Amino acid sequence: MASVHSKTIPDGNQPLVALKILIAGGFGVGKTTLVGAVSEIRALHTEEALTGAGQVVDNTNGVERKTTTTVAMDFGRITIRDGLCLYLFGTPGQDRFWFMWDELAQGALGAVVLADTRRLEDCFPAVDYFEHRGLPFVVGVNHFDGSREYEPTKVSRALDLDEKTPVVMCDARDRESGKNVLIKLVEHVSVLRTGAVPSTEPVTTANGLPRRPVKH
Amino acid sequence: MSDTSPHWYDDDAGPIVRLYAVTAGRARSATESYDLMSTVQVVGGSTPHDPALSPEQRTILRLCHRRAQTVTDIASESNLPLGVVRVLLGDLLSGGHIHISPPVPHQIPDTSILKEVIDGLRAL
Repeated sequence: MASVHSKTIPDGNQPLVALKILIAGGFGVGKTTLVGAVSEIRALHTEEALTGAGQVVDNTNGVERKTTTTVAMDFGRITIRDGLCLYLFGTPGQDRFWFMWDELAQGALGAVVLADTRRLEDCFPAVDYFEHRGLPFVVGVNHFDGSREYEPTKVSRALDLDEKTPVVMCDARDRESGKNVLIKLVEHVSVLRTGAVPSTEPVTTANGLPRRPVKH
Repeated sequence: MSDTSPHWYDDDAGPIVRLYAVTAGRARSATESYDLMSTVQVVGGSTPHDPALSPEQRTILRLCHRRAQTVTDIASESNLPLGVVRVLLGDLLSGGHIHISPPVPHQIPDTSILKEVIDGLRAL
């Protein structure tokens, strides 16, 4: 609760509300591009024990018994107002960084799964992960020059998504397009949690039954 | 080994102080692992100029001096790895220099906040 948070703030300042959104998807699908299009890219360093897989990649010659490696992660911050910030974390694409996902997903508002229709299977692990965790997500189909355009419903069917999970066409390089994907996510989160997009008519009645659309 | 042998590091390596020296050998915070979105605020009376603190601890206090900062921001701005920052935050907390507040839980969503976020994104 907000009160739990605010009572530890000593001098009456407004508590800082920091919401976390994950940007996931296969390697090279445009995660960093999307974060950079809507916010200023910053770096966060974390260090982890080297796994067997990591040791193959890291050249440890000359560094005796090196057992940890530093991983740089991108993130972006969007200040909505003083005291309300949105943090966008690009989840590391390579398999060897799966360990970061649980920490990133912990307490996240939701996720954007970026997909490239030329290699849709690259986003399967991210979709599996967020479905398994029950974290709300939208799929952003990043349109690349030369890639065929698919109807969102076809992408949704190919990914076997829950019908409520939005699929949005986007261009990760474009600020407006990136903003639109984030807005769709926050609206989706709002619908899942309260049954309504903020400041619009509820789509369900108070007892949870679907409301019949009124014909005009 | 003679003094003329080439070093494996150069100026690009940055300050040659091992991270474990910054944390006095500790890899994990003694108390808990602070969430990326936890916010840190300096307790009134604590100053970034306190000579009893390490340079890294003073850096953290300086970053949070004006307003609360997230653990993420502190790690990013200080250029210190997250694990190191968490150890230092644990020290500063037990020394009574800072408050660390867990992130506002969002399992019970505040629709007014979600609406603010949507409106704010539209206005970007």
